[in-house]
Amino acid sequence: MATEEGKIDPMYQFEVQTILEGFSLGGQQIAFTNSAVWMLVAVAGLWIFMLGGMKRELVPGRWQMIVETFTGFIDNMMEANIGPAGRKYAPYVFSLFMFILFSNIFGLLPVGVLGLHPFTVTSHLTVTGVLAIMSFSIVLIVGFAKHKLHFFSLFIPHGTPLPMIPFIFIVELLSFLVRPFSLALRLFVAMTAGHILLKVLAGFVINSTNAGAGYGVLVGIPSFALMIGISALELLVAVVQAYVFALLTSLYINDAENLH
Amino acid sequence: MDAEAAKLLGAGLAAIGAGVAAVGVGNVFGSFLESALRNPSAADGQQGRLFIGFAAAELLGLLAFVVAMILIFVA
Repeated sequence: MATEEGKIDPMYQFEVQTILEGFSLGGQQIAFTNSAVWMLVAVAGLWIFMLGGMKRELVPGRWQMIVETFTGFIDNMMEANIGPAGRKYAPYVFSLFMFILFSNIFGLLPVGVLGLHPFTVTSHLTVTGVLAIMSFSIVLIVGFAKHKLHFFSLFIPHGTPLPMIPFIFIVELLSFLVRPFSLALRLFVAMTAGHILLKVLAGFVINSTNAGAGYGVLVGIPSFALMIGISALELLVAVVQAYVFALLTSLYINDAENLH
Repeated sequence: MDAEAAKLLGAGLAAIGAGVAAVGVGNVFGSFLESALRNPSAADGQQGRLFIGFAAAELLGLLAFVVAMILIFVA
């Protein structure tokens, strides 16, 4: 959709802009973009957050308590969903959860007031797709390394009647293959939808106020009030989506680890 | 009908899917709350399943959103 005069384009926030021209690799330009900047910001934020909580004090302070709440939360999730064998995946799922959480929340930061434009890394299918493919390949690698070809028994539930086996196999195989797509799509769309909604409402506020004080009071103020509510909802969505991604990853790893 | 108008109408119709997904998500949390209040001690253990149900119901609504976005920006 082309940006017309005086029209606020809610999709502009998702544009990847080149900051530093990089080099070209096989005809593709590898550049340093605003997406990369915000990934680095998320990693740096995560690093500082973890550094403050890893002093291993005997009596934990506030910061260490927060970090330990998060690690304990993921540790419990792995223990509950996978069992004792799940603890070795806790570092991966923890990194995944925290990275998604931090990039979601940093994308919502109101630093636009200072002239910086926050970019939500997880609002791009390429980024969430890579995260989903990582989870999916761990499932495949663990499944085939641990159970060899017996891993295919995952697609035939116990007690399936013999004539039904080919159909069930196909259905289960399809539902297995759809997993990385649904994992990536869910996070990407949830973040994109929320941000578009916020920007559309922001456009209402700006355009109605420009049209006159009467419109500003009638349309702008209710829109702004709604924006505040939606922002709170978006914070909730940011946390829930990170949780759902980690939860589903742990469930998929459980399939690979224990079959069923 | 003009092709552009048909696209926008289709995108609007896809929004029905988002509304129906809202019914689904409400159903998931409503049923959870209903049974959690009957047996609060068992509620905490079912939180994982609650969010799996939520994720499944929500995904289908998000797919409706994807359809709308494809109609507006891609097709």
